[in-house]
Amino acid sequence: MRGERLEKNCGKLAGARGNRPGLLLKLELESNPEALCLVRATIERAAEVLEFPEADTRAIVRSVDEALANVIRHAYGGKAGLPIEVRCNRVLAKSNRAGARGLEILLEDEGDPQKPSEFKGRRLDEVRPGGLGLHFIRQSMDVVEFSRKKGKNQLRLVKYRSPAEQLPGSQGE
Amino acid sequence: MQIAARPATGGTILDITGDIDLAHSPTVRKALLLEIREKKTPKVFLNLEKVRYIDSSGIASLVEGLKASRDQGSRLILYGLSKSVREVMELSRLQKIFEIHESEAQALGS
Repeated sequence: MRGERLEKNCGKLAGARGNRPGLLLKLELESNPEALCLVRATIERAAEVLEFPEADTRAIVRSVDEALANVIRHAYGGKAGLPIEVRCNRVLAKSNRAGARGLEILLEDEGDPQKPSEFKGRRLDEVRPGGLGLHFIRQSMDVVEFSRKKGKNQLRLVKYRSPAEQLPGSQGE
Repeated sequence: MQIAARPATGGTILDITGDIDLAHSPTVRKALLLEIREKKTPKVFLNLEKVRYIDSSGIASLVEGLKASRDQGSRLILYGLSKSVREVMELSRLQKIFEIHESEAQALGS
């Protein structure tokens, strides 16, 4: 019964009533690697509710997980117990993808300022450990933007559903 | 995540259950290096049938295991990759670097 109710309520997020852009969910967590599995499960469910195909859902989950791992390892230098905020918004594309529905994920941390110009993934023809996380994110998401605002690092990730996957009646801004 | 070791023809099978992520990749790395460097196991089979997710830190642990096995002149053999794990291997362009088999029977017969 509880599962059915959850399905029904989550269905409203994906249905006509839930087409409007806006906040889907907000998570506040600490920089603890053990928390990553909970975030993955939550983001996976959110992407499923928004009817992303399986491969896109995996791509979104992978990107958020890798981004959070980078925050824990680099911005916070591996220290546990420090704050991270994850916000998921439903968005509609404006420019060349006008009307495409998407999921925007904003990650914020209070760690050391990160310099995007210095972010370097490893060359893929090199066989060595490390340097893959950012590559996974860039391969998987439509928008990847780093910024520093009010003393916080912010990463904005967006994944749009391809036009063929749009539900009838969806409208752009 | 759990890792269990069992003997196999010419080596050891490491059965991994759970996600290999930032929290657990150090455990995988340690188990691999124990088999390869310390026990000098000639063939280490990594059973990934029950691994639903692997991140870049998990891949880094596997690469480190692969490098150690090359240094030792031994073999690291992966099998039972889920769609998600296979996808990450492909994104990393490592699917041709690792020795990968579909099933345990194929891996053991290799």
